[in-house]
Amino acid sequence: MRFALTEDQVEFRAVVRGLLADTCGPDELRAAWPDAETAGGGPGGGNGRVPGAWSALAEMGVLGIMVPEAQGGLAMTEEDLIPLLLEAGWAGLPDPLAATAGVAVTLLRHASSSEPRAQELLAQIATGEISLGCVFANSSRSNSTGLESTESASVVAVSNFVPAATSLDQILLCLDDSVHLVDPASLHLERVQSVDGARDLFHFVVPAELGESTALLTGAAAQAATLAAFDFAALGAAAELIGLSRRMLEMTILYATERKQFGVQIGSFQAVKHHLTNASLAVEFAEPLVLRAANSLALGNPQASLHVSMAKAKASAAAKGAAAASLQVHGAIGYTVEYDLHLYMKRSWALAGEFGDVEFHRRRVSAELLAI
Amino acid sequence: MDLTWSESEEAFRTEARSWLESNVPTPSLPSGDTKEGFALHLEWEHRLAADQWAVVSWPKAFGGRDASLWEWLIFEEEYYRVGGPQRVTQNGIFLLAPTIFEFGTAAQQDYYLPRMSSAVDLWCQGWSEPNAGSDLAAVRSKATRDEAAGGWRLSGQKTWTTRGAFCNYLFGLFRTDPESERHKGMTYFMVPLEGDGVTVRGFGRLDGDEGFAEVFFDDLFIPDDDGTPDTMVRGGILGEVNQGWGVAMATTSSERGLTLRSPGRFQATATRLVDLARERMGDGLSQQMADAVADAWIDAEAYSLFTLSDVTGVVEGVSMGARSSYNKIFWSELDVRLHEVALDLLGAEAELDGPWMKGYQFALSGPIYAGTNEIQRNIVAERVLGLPRK
Repeated sequence: MRFALTEDQVEFRAVVRGLLADTCGPDELRAAWPDAETAGGGPGGGNGRVPGAWSALAEMGVLGIMVPEAQGGLAMTEEDLIPLLLEAGWAGLPDPLAATAGVAVTLLRHASSSEPRAQELLAQIATGEISLGCVFANSSRSNSTGLESTESASVVAVSNFVPAATSLDQILLCLDDSVHLVDPASLHLERVQSVDGARDLFHFVVPAELGESTALLTGAAAQAATLAAFDFAALGAAAELIGLSRRMLEMTILYATERKQFGVQIGSFQAVKHHLTNASLAVEFAEPLVLRAANSLALGNPQASLHVSMAKAKASAAAKGAAAASLQVHGAIGYTVEYDLHLYMKRSWALAGEFGDVEFHRRRVSAELLAI
Repeated sequence: MDLTWSESEEAFRTEARSWLESNVPTPSLPSGDTKEGFALHLEWEHRLAADQWAVVSWPKAFGGRDASLWEWLIFEEEYYRVGGPQRVTQNGIFLLAPTIFEFGTAAQQDYYLPRMSSAVDLWCQGWSEPNAGSDLAAVRSKATRDEAAGGWRLSGQKTWTTRGAFCNYLFGLFRTDPESERHKGMTYFMVPLEGDGVTVRGFGRLDGDEGFAEVFFDDLFIPDDDGTPDTMVRGGILGEVNQGWGVAMATTSSERGLTLRSPGRFQATATRLVDLARERMGDGLSQQMADAVADAWIDAEAYSLFTLSDVTGVVEGVSMGARSSYNKIFWSELDVRLHEVALDLLGAEAELDGPWMKGYQFALSGPIYAGTNEIQRNIVAERVLGLPRK
């Protein structure tokens, strides 16, 4: 028994943290927003990407961390990638790191034995030359986004949104029983306004012309791959949410020790202390759930989906709590877009609901526990 | 990360499980916080001790098995899984023993620890006083030096002493420097509750059991410890005179202490909650109730994982320090929540004096004792998050 990251994992994580601190600060985040005004500054015209951070991550081999050796990757596991996503969250990195290095790799590994296209994409991920989006879409081909949570614990939360879509090389589209490889240029993408501009979000309708030429996986193989990929997507978001929470709390603690009212630091007030302790408590007890789920995914534990849902439910709730406490303790300054807090707070709002919100994942758990 | 148990740990689990399954009394014992229930629990403690299951993580010489912290966790998991009785010896084992291990002389360790593990001596704590609760440094009970007689004379009052009416020893802080204030000038005493100069008055707790006591000291004489059983049976001092605060605080975050409150207990409660929800499904369980059950169950798992991570740290030499306040807040509030959800499931039956209502009332004491959760939140804020004290 040893419930902690290995020395190598701790070291890798520290290196990525340093790299992101250098390449993905608040200025770079604002530059990823299409609109300078809502970003609270920056040049405007961003496309949901931080190119400096992405190329540094690619150069370090982070994108190929889970790619098999045969395709030039590091052949490591979810247990190695998830800690890095904690750091991506901390930095507020908007780029499709979880989508490319985790979700897409999971899908493509399922397809690689029979699909030369999958092998080729894995190799391109490993070299860092492509970025991919992954969508668990509503196959009814309507405009609706929906939640299907009544069947069993194996369901996925669907949505037809994809962030930074125009910057992507390919999109992997998971439907009920097929997984397709789609060129974003072939989709009718409609830019929508996410509260978090750095996500540069697009909506699309599943195109009618999907078929054998686009399909990477079909039938039971597609379902298994989709479930595994969805689990990674949810867990990746959970890890980013923990990182975001830690970032917001760090900022807030710093502010509460600097800001004075009534002649003293506001962090000395018990009401402020208790807000921040409560927020921190939720984060501290959610993170072990995230790390355990990473271990379960890496080992193919039959309870992995359950563990992922426990982690995502608690990480989403913890991040919402951390955001609320951070805003409240900052007061009016936190309510402005010139101040950096909103960059991280808005991401946490977005990710809290992405790939299943608290309610969705709690229901995956209760379905399993109570057999309902 | 390796979330599996070794062969020897699995063997330990098998041994513990088989012993517990054939020894844990059925039906379960009445509350150990009543006079008759306490006697039955004492019998149980003697049976545990006879087969070296009372304090598995202690050295063999003191009645333990030299078990690792991991094995201790395994034992606790099995203990609560089979519904083992409440441990009426726990205040001694979790609160006093870590202090004896750290500050006791060899003679004190040899004398007190085996008697504690075999439930010959039963210890209650004497921290709180009528005017010293959360503000423990406001202690006024005092010990006056009697040089001629060679010892100390204790006077004052302790209160909220759990199972004080059934125990024969108390440990606590007494002011030995009459000029001192606050954290200074206190000494950590071990005090017999029998004989001239001590009066114990039991009174009812919220749950109706007579588990509380107040203890009055009126010139109780404690002779200087000369290292022999003859003096130690009459009590003594742990650590240095006037250094009692430091002695008491040194082990508050001890991994042997209350802070690593066994996850097995809450997982067992969470499992019973899930069973109850399944039983009630015939009555039509609302999605809201199912969600509440799932949420509380996830928290029990989270506590267990948090503990595994803490124990990994301790095993590798990282002190838990103030982080242990996180544990106390979380497990005590989790325990309340598990019972609240169960009572919600029971609906109109909730008010009946059944195990869930009993357990609820017991759980409600968690956020109060061993440092209220308000105090614990201050500790986290100041010593973990780094917020300013004033």
